[in-house]
Amino acid sequence: MGNITTLLLQDVRFQEALNACMNCGVCTAICPSAEFYNYDPRKICDIVQREEDVELEKLLRSETIWYCGECMSCATRCPRGNTPGLIIMALRKIAQQLGYFVDSEKGRQQFILNKVIGGSILERGYCVHPDIVAPELHPEQGPIWKWYRDNIKDVAPKLGANYKGEGAGALRQIADKNLEEIKKIFEATGALDFQNNINRFSNEKRGTTSEQTYLNEIYTTNNNTHNRRTL
Amino acid sequence: MKKHFWNEYQKEIAEDHFFYSRSCIRQTFFPGSEATFLKIMRDVLDKEIHDSVDTHTCTGIGYHSDIIPLETAMTVIARLFAIMTEKGYENYATSCITSFGLYNEMIELWKHNPELLEKTRETLKKTTGREFQIPKNVAHPSDIIYKFRMELKEKMKYRLVNRFTGKPLRVVEHIGCHYAKMFPETGIGKAEFPHVLAGMIEAWGGEVVDYPERRHCCGFGFRNYLVQANRGFSIANTKKKFESMEPYEPDFIVCNCPGCPMFLDKWQYTIAELENKTYDKEGYGIPVLTYEEMTGMLLGYNPWEMGLQLHQVQVDRLLNKIGIPFDKDDKYRGVNGKILPTPNKPNVLKV
Repeated sequence: MGNITTLLLQDVRFQEALNACMNCGVCTAICPSAEFYNYDPRKICDIVQREEDVELEKLLRSETIWYCGECMSCATRCPRGNTPGLIIMALRKIAQQLGYFVDSEKGRQQFILNKVIGGSILERGYCVHPDIVAPELHPEQGPIWKWYRDNIKDVAPKLGANYKGEGAGALRQIADKNLEEIKKIFEATGALDFQNNINRFSNEKRGTTSEQTYLNEIYTTNNNTHNRRTL
Repeated sequence: MKKHFWNEYQKEIAEDHFFYSRSCIRQTFFPGSEATFLKIMRDVLDKEIHDSVDTHTCTGIGYHSDIIPLETAMTVIARLFAIMTEKGYENYATSCITSFGLYNEMIELWKHNPELLEKTRETLKKTTGREFQIPKNVAHPSDIIYKFRMELKEKMKYRLVNRFTGKPLRVVEHIGCHYAKMFPETGIGKAEFPHVLAGMIEAWGGEVVDYPERRHCCGFGFRNYLVQANRGFSIANTKKKFESMEPYEPDFIVCNCPGCPMFLDKWQYTIAELENKTYDKEGYGIPVLTYEEMTGMLLGYNPWEMGLQLHQVQVDRLLNKIGIPFDKDDKYRGVNGKILPTPNKPNVLKV
């Protein structure tokens, strides 16, 4: 048994997610990603249950594993009780452990996801916060969002929120003692090592390109070869 | 007569004494909805609910962006359960659907793998000195509103009825994927026939729109929205839903997930600006509400204190349709009536 297969079998999510797949394709039929991308969760199940490391390595270095949106619609429909979305989560973990994620355009995006979401958790105690949804990076949010952001200190209290305030309430400042505990959990459960690993492989990949240029590139680059058809 | 499949799938929802934890996305985009829920619980339903100062993210958006290991998410969630335990509660109400799904996932994993539960207890104790009990009852607040929908109906000033025609409003209900798709038994009506929002709509005088893509994802897809290069996935999935619901001419959409109402609102604006297309006949778009906003609106709460002005698709015409009075001048004012600049207008979407 190869290294990747061993890692895969160790992940409890993989153990929970796959009984023998009969390749019926119901997961693909319901999958929002399969409709939009060159993506077929049925094939993912087929590859992983063959347990061949050469094929698995090819998969981990490809764009394919990064298309799933983790909506888990597949879990509802599979007649065998399988969850291809959970298999994807196990595969993505290994791709990041082994550094294979930097070989694909979609995989390289983990660097910015880690920086923005991972950074926000440790800094603010929230995955998402109004301060990180900048209108210039989110034109789809439109003029009302810009108005809210520009006037948040005056509008949030009207809505009963406690923007960056002490005590309870929406958008409150999370106390340092709580952030400290989150950080200790991150250290003890391997999140910091895992995230340092993402940074290390990403920094090797970016080489002499400045970090900001690299981040802008992975945030916006789309080579337009991902879609199943032109929509 | 149609068979009411949802009736076969009910879940237990606690009666009182809830520990409340907030949602990163709900707080970011709809902070007024969480305040509205707490007000309804305390002032209208006379329930006891604890709004903790010590809670934080469950890491869900990070976990589903695959930058947070399972063991980390599990232990952070254990810390949230420990805060609940220390405060003397057993009933956990989480504002977020991603969190709700993740709590159910962890509890399920602990059931199947007791060694993981032990390991989590050890790590939490070692890192924070805390101990936790698994909640007796995990509910999404939409479950709680559903449970008490008839009591709420008695207190409501308005009904989901068009005051000009006397006909029920036609309402699209959108359930967040992680409410019941992963663990169907955790949702009222399970995954195929979720009744949590439909039950509210029907109880309060509206008519539920049953359309082909009713159960399709809103288009969030975590990394597929968070990274700009991937947002084609997000808008394409939202568009698919709108094209499917358009012929049914809904009066508004209501959601129980924190993110879905933002996507269904903001992508309507984007589609209008990009393609000159709106999904109502008059060019204003279809208003999208949270279930807390829908409930508060019918109870007669001030729409601008619930945050209804934060939606890009305007709600004014919907309020008029129901007959809910509002002060137009107060809409874009700050706290204590402070005069603020008004938002810019979109080029295409009418406001």
